[in-house]
Formats: sequence, C-alpha cells, structure tokens
Amino acid sequence: MTETTRRGPRVGLFATCLMNAFRPNIGFSAVKLLEDAGCTVEVPASQTCCGQPGYNSGDYDAARALARQVIETFERYDYVVGPSGSCMATIRHDYPVMFEDDPDWIGRARAMSAKSFELLSFLADVLGVTTTDARFEGTVTYHDSCSGLRGLGIKGQPRTLLAGVSGLEVKEMKDSEVCCGFGGTFCVKYPEISEKMVDDKVKNILATGADTLLGGDLGCLMNIAGRLKRIHAPVRVYHTAEVLAGFADGPGLADGPREYE
Amino acid sequence: MNPRDAILQSVRTALKRGELDETRRSALDARVPQHTRPAQDEDPVARFVRKFESRAGTVERVADRAAVPAAVDAYRRRLDLPARAAVGAGLKDLAWPADWQIHHDRAGIEELLSVSPALAGIAETGSLMMAAGPDSPTTHNFVPDDHVVVLETARIVEYFEDAWAVLRARPQGMPRATNIISGPSRTADVEQTIQLGAHGPRRVHVILVG
Amino acid sequence: MEIRSKEFKERAVFAIHDASLQQALGKAGYGFVGKRALQVAELPEFEQLREEAKNLKDHILDHLDHYLERYEQAVVAAGGRVHWARDAEEARRIILDICQRVNAKTVTKGKSMVSEEIDLNEALIEHGMEVVETDLGEYIIQLAHEPPSHIIAPAVHKTKDQVSDLFEKAHGGPRKTEVPELVDEARRVLRDKYFRADVGITGGNFLVAETGSSVIVTNEGNGDLTQTLARVHIVTSGIERVVPTLDDATLFLRLLARSATGQETETYTTISTGPRRADDVDGPEEYHVVLVDNGRSKMLAGRFRDMLRCIRCGACMNHCPVYGAVGGHAYGWVYPGPMGSVLTPLIKGLDVAYDLPNACTLNGRCQSVCPVKIPLPELLRELRHLQHQQQLSPALQRRGLKAWRYFATRPKLYHAAEQVAVRVLSALARNGRIRRLPLAGAWTDARDLPAPAGRTFLELWQGKRGQP
Repeated sequence: MTETTRRGPRVGLFATCLMNAFRPNIGFSAVKLLEDAGCTVEVPASQTCCGQPGYNSGDYDAARALARQVIETFERYDYVVGPSGSCMATIRHDYPVMFEDDPDWIGRARAMSAKSFELLSFLADVLGVTTTDARFEGTVTYHDSCSGLRGLGIKGQPRTLLAGVSGLEVKEMKDSEVCCGFGGTFCVKYPEISEKMVDDKVKNILATGADTLLGGDLGCLMNIAGRLKRIHAPVRVYHTAEVLAGFADGPGLADGPREYE
Repeated sequence: MNPRDAILQSVRTALKRGELDETRRSALDARVPQHTRPAQDEDPVARFVRKFESRAGTVERVADRAAVPAAVDAYRRRLDLPARAAVGAGLKDLAWPADWQIHHDRAGIEELLSVSPALAGIAETGSLMMAAGPDSPTTHNFVPDDHVVVLETARIVEYFEDAWAVLRARPQGMPRATNIISGPSRTADVEQTIQLGAHGPRRVHVILVG
Repeated sequence: MEIRSKEFKERAVFAIHDASLQQALGKAGYGFVGKRALQVAELPEFEQLREEAKNLKDHILDHLDHYLERYEQAVVAAGGRVHWARDAEEARRIILDICQRVNAKTVTKGKSMVSEEIDLNEALIEHGMEVVETDLGEYIIQLAHEPPSHIIAPAVHKTKDQVSDLFEKAHGGPRKTEVPELVDEARRVLRDKYFRADVGITGGNFLVAETGSSVIVTNEGNGDLTQTLARVHIVTSGIERVVPTLDDATLFLRLLARSATGQETETYTTISTGPRRADDVDGPEEYHVVLVDNGRSKMLAGRFRDMLRCIRCGACMNHCPVYGAVGGHAYGWVYPGPMGSVLTPLIKGLDVAYDLPNACTLNGRCQSVCPVKIPLPELLRELRHLQHQQQLSPALQRRGLKAWRYFATRPKLYHAAEQVAVRVLSALARNGRIRRLPLAGAWTDARDLPAPAGRTFLELWQGKRGQP
C-alpha cells in the first residue's frame, strides 16, 4: 500500500481482543469514522491484547509483558484509538502505573498513555466531530460503561454524536451509570452476582420502552445482549460506533452474523 | 517496650523517619487550618430558624429574657405537661411562676421537661451549641421528652468555626461535653422510616430572645 | 465476631434469593443514594471539600505520631486517661480491667465499629457483664444475634416485621407492628439500661488533638445518654482518627453526614472532653480513651496507606452494585462493601478473606463518592496482586493466566488459535447466538453468548485492505 500524502493524524487502531473475535463490524465502523474525520488509519496485524485480564487478576508481570508489546506495536503512531473505554483506560491510566518503577519503560508508557484515546471521546474531544451523517430509525437507550465513564470521562460525547443521527431518539434509563455486571472475569467468577446485576440493568432498559441499546464497550454489550436474548426481549444491541458509521443496518449483537464477502 | 512506645515506633517506622524535631513540631502546633466553608448569603438568624425548623424543631421569638418563663409556661400548657422542669442554673435569675416546681440538678428518668440556655446558635446548619456545666447540664439535653432551649439572637454565629471560637474564649476551658443539637432525636433504623424521639427528646423548642 | 468471609460465595447466592433482604436493600439503597445526590447538588463547594479532606487526611497521616502525642497530652490535661492497644487482645484486656475495677454489671454502648473489630462484647459478657447496644440498629441485631450488615445502618437488612418479632420475643408484652410503636418500646427499654449502666462505651469519629476531645455524631442521642449517665466513659477508637483541631474536624463533619445518610448534619454532634468537672451536676467520673492500632500502623507503611483516610461514612457500600446485590452479611465480618473488602484481608488475612477483593468489577463508583478520595479499586487490585504473588488464587486461574500470557505474547499463535475458536463458535451458533457451551456454564447459565462472525476483524481487514 502506498502512503498517500494525507493531512490529518496517523492513527493506529487498537482492535481489542473481544472486538477482533466477536464483532468485526465495530472495527470497520471505527475506521470509517476516523477516516471520515480526516485520519489515516492503520491496523497493526500483530496486536493481541492490552493486558487488562492479567492486570486485574493481580498478575502484574504478565500485564507488563503485554503492555510492552502494545507500546512497541503502537508507539509509532500519532494516536492510538480503540472502540473500548475499558482497554483504552488500561493503556491511559494503568500503563504508567505498571512501569512507575521501571526507568527504561516509564517514559514510553507515559508517551503511549498521552496519545491513547477511546474512539468516541477521540472523535468528539480531540477531532471536534459533532455529527456524522448517519441515519438510524429507533428509540435508543444508553449504557455508560464504567471504565469509560469514570476512567476516561465519557458521558456527553456519545450523546452529542448520537444527537446528530437522524431518525434516532434517545431515552435515558434509570441508573445508566450503574455497572452491568460484566467486569471482565468477574462475570464468570461470580456468575450469580453478575446475573443479578445484569438483570437489574435489563429491567431498567425495558422500562424505557427503547427498542435499541447502545454502548461503547463490547464486553458490557455482550453481557447485556446475552441476557436480553436469553429472556427473548425485543431489544437490539449495537456498539455506538456502528450506528454513527451507518453500519447498523445488519443484525445486532446476538441477532445473527453479518455476512462478509 | 510498652504499648504506647511500640505503637509510636511502629508509626515512625512506617513513615520511614524518627521522631520529629522541635522546630517541626512547633510549626505543626502553630498551623492555622484554612478550609473552605459553604457560602452563606442569608441573614444568620433567619437561616438558623429555617434550618432548625426543617428538622422538626420549633422556634418562637420573644423580645427579652423576662418573657421566657411565660413562653415556657405556654409551651407546657399546649402539650398538657405539668408545671415542673429541670432548668439550667444559667436561667435561675428568671422569674418563674409561683406554681412551678424548678430544680437545677441533673434530669432524672421521670423528667418530662427541661429548659436550657444555649451557649450559641450556628446558622450554617441551624444548630444549637450547648456547653455542659451547672448552667446547662448535659442530662437536660437528652433525658426529657421535651427540651426547651433559650437562645439569644446575639449568640447566633454563621459557621462552626465561629462557634469553636466561642468555646475557646471561655475562661474555664472546654466543657465536659459540647453538644451540637440540630433538632429532635430521630432514627431511620426500622425500614428507613424516619421516627422522632428515638432516645433523645421528641421535641426541641427554641425560644429566640432579642 | 467470628470471621466467615470464606463463605462469601454461598452467602452471596443465598442473599440474592432472600426476598426480604432484597426488599430491604432496595429501599435502603435508593434512600441513601438519592439523598446524598441531593445534598451534593445543594453544596457547590462539595468537590472542593473532598479534595481538601483528602489532603488533610494525608497531612495527618504524615504526622500521625505528633498528633497522637499532642492528643494524649490534651486528654490528660482535661482529666482523662489514654490507653494504647497494639492489637485486639490488648484492647479487650484494657477495657475489661477498667470495667472490673469499677465492678461494672451493666455496660451500655454507643455505636463503635472498632469495638466490633476487637470482639469486645463477647469478652465483657464472658466476664458476667450485661452489654447493651443502644444504637437502635445495633440493638436490633444484638437481639437477633447477628453481626451488623452496614457500618451506618447495621439493621438495614431487617424488615419491620422481623423487628416486631424480635421485640415481641425479647420484651414480652403485646406485639407492636408500627414503626412509632416499635421505636417507643425500644426507647422505654433502653432508657432503663442507660440509667443503670456502670460503664458507657462510645466510638470516636474524630479525636481532636487541640482539646483532647472525642467527637461522635448520631441521630438518636444514644451515644450521649451512654456517656453521660454511666460512672465511667470509655472511648474506643482507631489511631488514625486523630485530627489536629476542631476546625479540622469541621471539614470532615461537613462531608460525613452528607456522604453517609444524605443529611446536611446528623442530629447530634458531641464533643466529649474528659470527665465531669467539679461543678458539673452530671457526667461520668472517669474518662478513658483506648487507642487501637490492630494493623493500622503497618498499613501506614505500604501501598494501602490511603485506606487510613476512611471516615467510616458508608457511601462506598451504598453505591456498590455488588453490596447492593448481596448485602453486608455475605462479607462475613465487621466491615462490608468496598471498604470492608480492603480492610478485612488486611486485618484478618488475604486467604481468610480471599473472595472479598475479587468479588468486584472495579467499576469505580465507590471511589467517585468517597469523601476522602480513597482509590478503592486500585487497592482492591493491589490485594489481588498480593494474593497472586502468594499463590492464593485457584490453580486453574493461575494456569489460565499463564496460558493467556503465553499466547498473547505470541501474536501469530494467538491469532491462529483465535481464528480456530471463532470458526468453531460460529459453527455452533444458531440465529447469531449460542445457548449452551460446555466449560462456559458460568456465562451460558444466565446469558446467551453472541456468536462471532466467522472471521476475526484482523483477518477481514487483511482481506479488504491488503495490509495494515
């Protein structure tokens, strides 16, 4: 591929392990949004995982091994952007902490942290995007994923961006900011507690009467969508990026595969 | 090593240092706290009344101290209480009606009504500051169902910090107990339902003088 | 109190299915959360106060030895006595000695979490004393022979009906069913105890070095009757509760009630300074303070130091969705919720309380409402780190992490495995989801698993764009 002389930042897309395996459509949506906003997007082929599963399990050594790999893969870019508050919060907040006692890596970790962003906040806060030209027919309610909300301050940006989507109406749910019970390995280590939490979230979603749930973190969305589907609730679930990119015309999460040629 | 020294040593070890030197200690002793206070833009007396009443306290105003005994008598009649009360010695100069039984001793378990002078009122939260002593014994604040407090408007200050200054200015030093009282006793321990008169008084009535 | 944190999982599951507990938790949760939010909305300086409170606590901790010594001097100058207890056993012995010296028969107690931490009640009862908890919530659970389930509202898990049952059994007489009647009955019964008490024991929200005072806040006034009517007043408090001056205590007081119960202030803030004076007509003849270390000075040394800022408001547990789902008893000891999940392993052991730091999604709501900005999720993760280092985690988990690290640091291998997994899962899926998956029951018991799309994103990207 030839490097066209394109103005605008060079962005490395952080795919996230969940998106890579379960919902490529989010990746393509992210690329479209970034390119439409003037970025050159590259997707390093050797990326695997941000290290969060190790970090949150207390295996700091393993987490650092992954973090070094991520830093080496991505530090060449102007920005590192990923469609996940959870992963990007790990890179932004936890990488500098992981290496605070490592003089060889602390500088690189801080540099990496400074240029890493969650997708929606990157679009809104860094690139100043206020609207996309998408259409989406539906009443939407929004789940504020915890790490994005509290770790990265993501709250208004998705709503501002969604406000520009014609045909879409947002109905806020009660306790949109309360944890859905995913929590990485929490949901499989403490499944009954996780089930209660996701049940409460589902009750709040259904109470809005919305036909669609959106959010910015695939882990949360898979958790909630999985529960909605188990109880046969007629609610579609998409990642916000899919709607904003106009790629929410196919099946939602757990509704059926998108066909790829 | 005795426990005291062991604990202090453990603290210093944790802080990775030895004992602080005298210069440092004097500097700490001389430290003047400067904390943010919630802004108030209300007349302190009005604020005191508003906040105290918001917590189920009641307030009436009289022109001067001489009017207090009659006000207390009217209060006890409204509630059908006998003409009997534990009264703080700080109010013994008042002219109590002849049929009244007054004592200045501690309040006993049968006490129904007490009358106390407040050392200050705090407008910030609508609270009374009571200082233990013969002028206003602590049991008067907590034992009877009904507590009447005499507060001169001149004693109402804006902030807690102003109230502490009043305490520090007392020549006799700190009282055994300083009670900041913001209304009648309450509890929400049964199904989060608020109930007045848990252990302290069911009713606190302030007579604002001046 | 016997620690039962090892039973966390089982107790949590039962709690989720306990209808009356869920009803009680729902009521309490919304009350505390909603009321706090209103207070915060009405106080523009709230965030500023939080930052100042955090800084003040850090200043105090940096000079804890100095302030403790000044505090002790001031208590003695006011006619009181200070006792230092390195651990729970030492604290119990000190208090027992005082009670036995005055031939105490009846001991009343205001709320003191430290006294529960050191197992005080059992020790006094064993030596023939009647111990009466006077905080209504503590009284209720004392009758029920249960530990507290919340540090501010200890009987939050009890319904009105359950309280009626307890009172009927303990007090005799006709059964009361309405809240006013129940509270009245408690008031009557406890009043008698207050007047008979030989020793009154209270906690200490704050210990003021300037004046040698202990500060307690209550809504009921029970702490006041406890300390004023008995002959001896004993204060039990952790060493980290000292503050330099009354003005410093005020900063915390401005945050405490708002954070705990969503009130601007609690009904009673009481500053106790020494025993009765010569001219007092009431008040205790003796005033003792028992300063309890019990692991706190050790905590000051390490990565858990920030936990010592805690002012025991309970906001963290009020806002914790895990606590909201399972209540306080599941945690198995004195301190539940997020703060309990940090303190219990530190005081009682990482193994004994293994689940507590792990039963958390690290969602951070606790930290966002903590009045002294304790980074609770970070501390919980640090505890997991220690558990990992000490190999306390299940072998399966350690093997899983090793395997994950092995693959994830070898991208080609990782992607190959991922591609296989994605194809297998896609083949198993019907209508875009998988309802049952062997070995993944923890997920599929309660949820469908959304199916992958047959190819990974990176594969598709390569296909579309040729190369990165």
